[in-house]
This record gives sequence, C-alpha cells and structure tokens, in this order.
Amino acid sequence: MSTAGPAATAPPAPGPRTADGRTARRPLALRLLARPEVGVFLGAAAVFVFFLIAAPSVRSGGSMATVLYQSSTIGLMALPVALLMIGGEFDLSAGVAVITSALTASMLSYQLTVNVWAGVVVALVLSLAIGAFNGWMMVRTGLPSFLVTLGTFLILQGVNLAVTKLVTDNVATDDISDMDGFGQARKIFASSFDVGGVQVKITVVWWLVFAALATWVLLRTRYGNWVFAVGGDQDSARAVGVPVTFTKITLFMAVGFGAWFVGMHQLFSFNTVQSGEGVGQELIYIAAAVIGGCLLTGGHGSAIGPVFGAFMFGMVNQGIVYAGWNPDWFKAFLGVMLLGATLVNLWVRRTATRR
Amino acid sequence: MADKGTGTADAVRPETPPGDGGAALVELRGAGKSYGNVRALHDVSLAVRPGRVTCVLGDNGAGKSTLIKIISGLHQHSEGELLVDGTAVRFSTPREALARGIATVYQDLATVPLMPVWRNFFLGSEMTRGPWPVRRLDIARMKRTADDELRNMGIVLDDLDRPIGTLSGGQRQSVAIARAVHFGARVLILDEPTAALGVKQSGVVLKYMAAARDRGLGVIFITHNPHHAYMVGDHFSVLRLGTLELSADRGEIGLEELTDHMAGGVELAALKHELAQVRGVDVQRLPEAEDLGSSAPASPEEAS
Repeated sequence: MSTAGPAATAPPAPGPRTADGRTARRPLALRLLARPEVGVFLGAAAVFVFFLIAAPSVRSGGSMATVLYQSSTIGLMALPVALLMIGGEFDLSAGVAVITSALTASMLSYQLTVNVWAGVVVALVLSLAIGAFNGWMMVRTGLPSFLVTLGTFLILQGVNLAVTKLVTDNVATDDISDMDGFGQARKIFASSFDVGGVQVKITVVWWLVFAALATWVLLRTRYGNWVFAVGGDQDSARAVGVPVTFTKITLFMAVGFGAWFVGMHQLFSFNTVQSGEGVGQELIYIAAAVIGGCLLTGGHGSAIGPVFGAFMFGMVNQGIVYAGWNPDWFKAFLGVMLLGATLVNLWVRRTATRR
Repeated sequence: MADKGTGTADAVRPETPPGDGGAALVELRGAGKSYGNVRALHDVSLAVRPGRVTCVLGDNGAGKSTLIKIISGLHQHSEGELLVDGTAVRFSTPREALARGIATVYQDLATVPLMPVWRNFFLGSEMTRGPWPVRRLDIARMKRTADDELRNMGIVLDDLDRPIGTLSGGQRQSVAIARAVHFGARVLILDEPTAALGVKQSGVVLKYMAAARDRGLGVIFITHNPHHAYMVGDHFSVLRLGTLELSADRGEIGLEELTDHMAGGVELAALKHELAQVRGVDVQRLPEAEDLGSSAPASPEEAS
C-alpha cells in the first residue's frame, strides 16, 4: 500500500515520474494485455492455425463459411449473455428460451393459419417478457440469478415438451415452409449469399453487426457505463444514481432478444422445431463469454471477446470433423480450452492490474 | 502521538478558517429518530456553515450513522427539525438531498473498482453528445473535466484510464470527494473516510477535506478518531448513546479533552472510583469527572 503508484501531490512516490506526475503510464504491452479480448484473440488465432495445419480441408472457402456459420449461431447468443455477465448476472434459461421462441412462432402461425410474421412478433414479445420476468424476479426477490434462471430453465424445458405434445401430438412442430410470409422471413433470418463462389449464411453478417453494435453501446454510451457499474459494484452504482434495476432487467431482455433471433433462425432454416432441443446450450454460451474474457463475477469484459470465443467453438467443432477425428472428443477439447482460457484471463488480469 | 497530531494540524488548517461563520447551510434543531421502541438519536442540535468542518465523533452505536442518514435523506427524523438554508425540510430519498447540494461520501460506497478513474468520476452523471439514437459519451470532455477538477483539488493522477481499484484507499476517497465537489455539493458528508486507512493515507484524505472546506463547502466529518478530527475540525460534536454529549468550537476545547470525551471519559471517571478499590491498577493518571467539563456545552474555563 505504501508503494502506491501515482501519489497525490507533493510527497514524492517511488517510481519514474516527472514533476507533472502524468508520465507513469504502464508500458504498452501491459495496457494491451489488460484489454479483455486480447487473450482470447491469441487463443482463437492459435486454434485456427492449428487446424489449418492438422486438417488441410479447412483451408477451402466452403469449410471456412461452415466454420463461420457454426460460430455465428453460438456467437449471436454469446453476445447478450456476455453483456449480462458483465452486468454481474447469469441466464441459465438462454438455451431453452431459443426453442421456446421458435416453438411459439411456429405453432401460433400453423394452428391459427396466419401469416408467419404474426408468430414471429408474438414470439418476440414472449421472449422479451421471459427476459423481463427473469430480471424482475431477481431484482424483487434479491435471489441470485443462478437460482431464478435455473427455475425458468426447468419451467421452459417442461413447457416446451408438454405444450408441443398437447398441440401437435408430436415432439416436433409441423412444417410451416408453405405458409404466407415464410419466404420473406427466411430471407432475413436464414438465407445465404454468394461471396466469390462461396455460400455464406446471413447469420454471420448479423453476428458481426450485433457485435459491433454491442461494442459501441458498451464502450460509448451511458447505458454501457451502467452495465459495467452494476456488474462491478451494484451498491456503489446505486449510490451515485445509476438505475440498477432498469439496467439489470434490460440486460435480461437483451438475452431474450438474442434467444428470439436465434430461435427464428432455427425455425426458418429447418422449417420445424424439435421441442426437446436447447438443453445444455446455455452453458456453451456462458463458456464462450468466459473464454471471451468476461469476468464470471461481472464488471469486466468486452463484446468483441465473445466473438472470438464463439469462433474458437465453431472452429474446434468443425475442425475435428475436417481433421477426420472422432467428434466425441469435441466436448473434452472444449473443456480444456475453457480451463486454459480462464487461466490465461486470470494471469492477464493479475499482471495488468498490478500496481 | 498527540503532539505529532497537532503538529500536522497546523500544516493543514489555516489560522483563520476562510468562510468563518455565515448562515448555516444545514441545521438540526433538537432532532431525533426512533426505530420502533429503540431511540437511536434524541435532541441533537448541529449547524453546518460554509467553509467550516463540523466533526461528529462517537463510539460505535452512538448514533453517528443515524445522524448522517437523516441529513443525507436515507431516513427521516421523528422529532425536532432539519433545516436547509433556514427552511425546514424532510427528505424522502437521497436524491432530494443531493438536489439541495448535500452529498455523502460513504466509506465503502465510493467507487466501482474495475472501472477507470474517469468513468467512476462521472458515473451516474455522464456527459453525452449527439441526438438520441446515436447519443454517446463525450469521452474527451469527461477526461479533461475530471483531470481539471482533480487538479483543482490538488490530486494529480498519472493515468485516468487505469482502474480506480488500483489506486490506494486514500486516493479513492479523494476522487470521491472531488466528484462530490464537482457536482455542486455545498455540504459534504464524509462517513468515516479515514477509518480503514493507514496514517499516510489518512493524511491525504484530510488534506482534500481541507481543500473542500477552502472552496467554501460545509463539511461534516464523521469519525471516531479525535486526532483526525482535531486536525481539520472547526466544531466538535460528540455523540454518546444517541444524545449530544459535547458541542464545542475549536477555541473552546483542546485535543486532550476531546480525546477524553471520545474515550468515554465520563464513564472512565466513574470507573476510576471502582478500579481504585482494586489493587494494582494505576488510577492516578485517569481524569476525574470534574476535569471533563461535565456535558454539552463544555466550557474551557472548567477544563483549565
């Protein structure tokens, strides 16, 4: 404590400084390492290079597009999950909420025989409402978000299966591909476009657009400032006038929005929805956010880190297939990556914040 | 130790406090507060004037927290009056108190450790520019303002981008004080700002407290350390069991007497008689009850 860095005024403190006292900036390398996305960027680059060497078929444009597509479906959800984590909370219901949203849009449109856009809008409202409910319950009861969203997770999982069975007498919804508005919705949520002879899925574009938007919001707006503050120290934030309740509830609603978007993608690319899916995905999203440099306890992280985190997941997932290995190894590989990334993050933060 | 304390005090406080006197910014008249059956505070009178440091001392449970909670708007008083600029008020939220220029810097509720200094400085009152959909933080202006404002208070930090958690405890307190001053505080309530700090760090905080006073703010300094209080204080109020035990201006009381009051001097004097019955306890140097100027307001003649 006595070796404090920048001392206040006259009493000279140890360390290089001029009379101005402004020179003791930490070295560039240290300041770079303090950025949450640097560790994961190096990790993603390493995994990428590794598979370029180990699996020659990865080098084609087509397989790169597949890797990016795989990454985008994880990355689209990892973004809001990461923002929520920076805000200090979890959402364990994120995985099944995707399916809930898709089921709602699909069954509502089919059963009422209306334009699919009606189902899409109702699904959006429902997804936002689920997010708001999670946030409101957490704020009102003061329970940890882990518990509240574990409850929502189980509820949604049961409702998905039971209601689908009740309505369609099946475990999946009916094919809606011949309904009004399907083509239109598909263009937005699940189309592909041509880049130099390679078909790239539109979710890749959405993923990068949302990542840019999230980065801007996080670093350049008041709301972003509040997200860091409520995750870093909720009571201090409240004491200086940050609307903590509003910030937390809207973060949960952002996860709801993400779940809706990914749900719509799944519905319009596969035409039907399996009601039992989505379980376990929430942990993949959380892992991508953590690998992306977001602090599990909140208050630190970035939106661009989870982009690289999701890319690592997509790369490993597809890379194992291209390398011709047994895909059963995927989860084991992920576990090792997660631990490795956590250790790197820990080391980086200690080095960077040391006085 | 006491000598050392007063020696530093001369360095910190000017001979004549600048805004000496003046109308009270905040005044308590016979104020009190009961929580159900428990009377936490009773018949306390206190005046905070611009350019002066009013110290509130007391042991744990003496009612210091209740007192600041009433002034800062967290609780309402249940008896007596709270006056701001001479008119009686009753705050229902801290925001109302803040709007009247009463800012509180809590010991533990000051900052968000992982956020940069400048973001902490403006947290909750960020500067923005641009119309709504693209309204964004005016980062350059915020950094410049924070730097200027900190320098005005005599706080020079090398890098406003480093997380505030990497600053020392005293520097964090100082930033919080500078922030309150910048956002138009006229009355600054400091809740035990030196309690968790070392000697050197406490000195840093006391210095900025004096800087805030020199800018014409009324400062309420809550502490249980009479040495710290005597270094910057213009008026001393000692609370004991929810009532005002002593209320004296600087000229009327010495550090030793203040220390005796703080150490529960009246009780100690009573204890002395009991201890005198026990062999092996040195009671010669403990003060007598009559040495302590009985109760509020203490008169200096009695003490000397």
